Amino acid sequence: MLKTTPLNAAHRALGARMVDFGGWGMPLNYGSQIEEHHAVRRDAGMFDVSHMLVIDVHGAGARGFLRRMLANNADKLQDPGRALYSCMLNDEGGVIDDLIVYFLCDEFFRLVVNAGRADKDLAWLESLKERFDAALELWPRRDLAMIAVQGPNARERVWQVLPGTRAATEAMRTFHGAQLGELMLARTGYTGEDGFELMLPAARAETLWSALIGAGVKPCGLGARDTLRLEAGMNLWGQDMDESVSPLDAGIAWTVDLDGARDFVGKAALLARPQSRQLVGLVLADKGGVLRGHQKVTTLEGEGMITSGTFSPSLGRSIALARIPLGVNAGALVQVSVRDKQLTAKVVKLPFVRNGRILINLSQLTVEEKP
Amino acid sequence: MTTPEHLKYTETHEWVGTEADGTLAVGITDHAQEVLGDIVFLELPPVGKRYAQGEACAVIESVKAASDINMPVAGIVVAANDGLVQSPEQVNADAYGAWMFRIKPDKPADIGGLMDAAAYAGHAAK
Repeated sequence: MLKTTPLNAAHRALGARMVDFGGWGMPLNYGSQIEEHHAVRRDAGMFDVSHMLVIDVHGAGARGFLRRMLANNADKLQDPGRALYSCMLNDEGGVIDDLIVYFLCDEFFRLVVNAGRADKDLAWLESLKERFDAALELWPRRDLAMIAVQGPNARERVWQVLPGTRAATEAMRTFHGAQLGELMLARTGYTGEDGFELMLPAARAETLWSALIGAGVKPCGLGARDTLRLEAGMNLWGQDMDESVSPLDAGIAWTVDLDGARDFVGKAALLARPQSRQLVGLVLADKGGVLRGHQKVTTLEGEGMITSGTFSPSLGRSIALARIPLGVNAGALVQVSVRDKQLTAKVVKLPFVRNGRILINLSQLTVEEKP
Repeated sequence: MTTPEHLKYTETHEWVGTEADGTLAVGITDHAQEVLGDIVFLELPPVGKRYAQGEACAVIESVKAASDINMPVAGIVVAANDGLVQSPEQVNADAYGAWMFRIKPDKPADIGGLMDAAAYAGHAAK
């Protein structure tokens, strides 16, 4: 029996193609996922992300707990509303999950974690609470729904539907959030576009969803969410990283604060095991297929593997994230095993797309001669 | 979902239409394109090559996944729709208009072993 979000009936009424996503019945698309993708890049689209779990951390020990529990430094969270992306690591330095933590007010932080990891995360957090004897409470908020409205016109559409929120959020900077009554708005997302993530009581979700449709926001499914996040160079737990992968080998060293005296779970393991591989972007230069996870990558420095691959609607080409040996630089050509063929791809700097702009020079992609 | 009466169907979701000259046009069904989602790549078999029944002879990739297209009956490929390779999204727009290749069957009677529209509609609904 699949778990359902408060918007399940709304998805079905829209004719969504529903799939099992980590035990949740979720919309894959409502028609063309490429059109949904373009709506987010060019205008405004929205995603039901109520399957993700909000965990509120309350108590005098909350900040100290986060300093020990997260690889990124919770001390960066000084002004209320500020958000921080981080992973939490196991003692071996592998990634248990990645999350966003919001500093809402004194002694109150809010975590948003991946749906498929929610149970594991909660158990892990409870165990760390014991280990550090932390004075706090963990409140999983299954009573909340979450809608991500994303795109260059997303915030304007949200204000149109929720006019009372404009004054309080118009000046809000990216990676900040605000609690307004029983609604939380955060200028965060997983698409590489501007927008809001809205957290609200489940009972209000369907009304808000319908109002946003009325304002011209296009419902988008998990298919578009995946192509958007991949173009934005954002990792997906379970594909680009997991408990056996160091964040240093997963392209998110920038979120790991190894400086200073602060100790955190997994730090000793990371110091003992420096970066050994790198996560890079690939753009398929040849015709002949689509890059997919688990395809073998051959470089001059050795072999690697694609961790996530797809067709990029913005570039009109196949792109991927790949874990490859160190020493292979942007601009290098590599070979990817696509079915029975060896295709040439180019190593590029991430992200591929940000704020509607393609950051890859496609005119330089034509391959004249195979290495 | 539509299932034209004049076509025959395979369990692996290919449709087969008999042309005036006795060759068979092959494509994928409306149900198949809907399950695959946005089609972005198509690789067709070389003209002149013979395949056994059920043999993988073409590849179709959507944003989401890659899938084989199988030879509905044994035969030789006599034409490939190269225009479709340039605009694979046509498969989503009109699955039964988007023929991929044509074959000359080894035994024309083999087509009798394929499903008719009613049988396929039942198969696809499973």
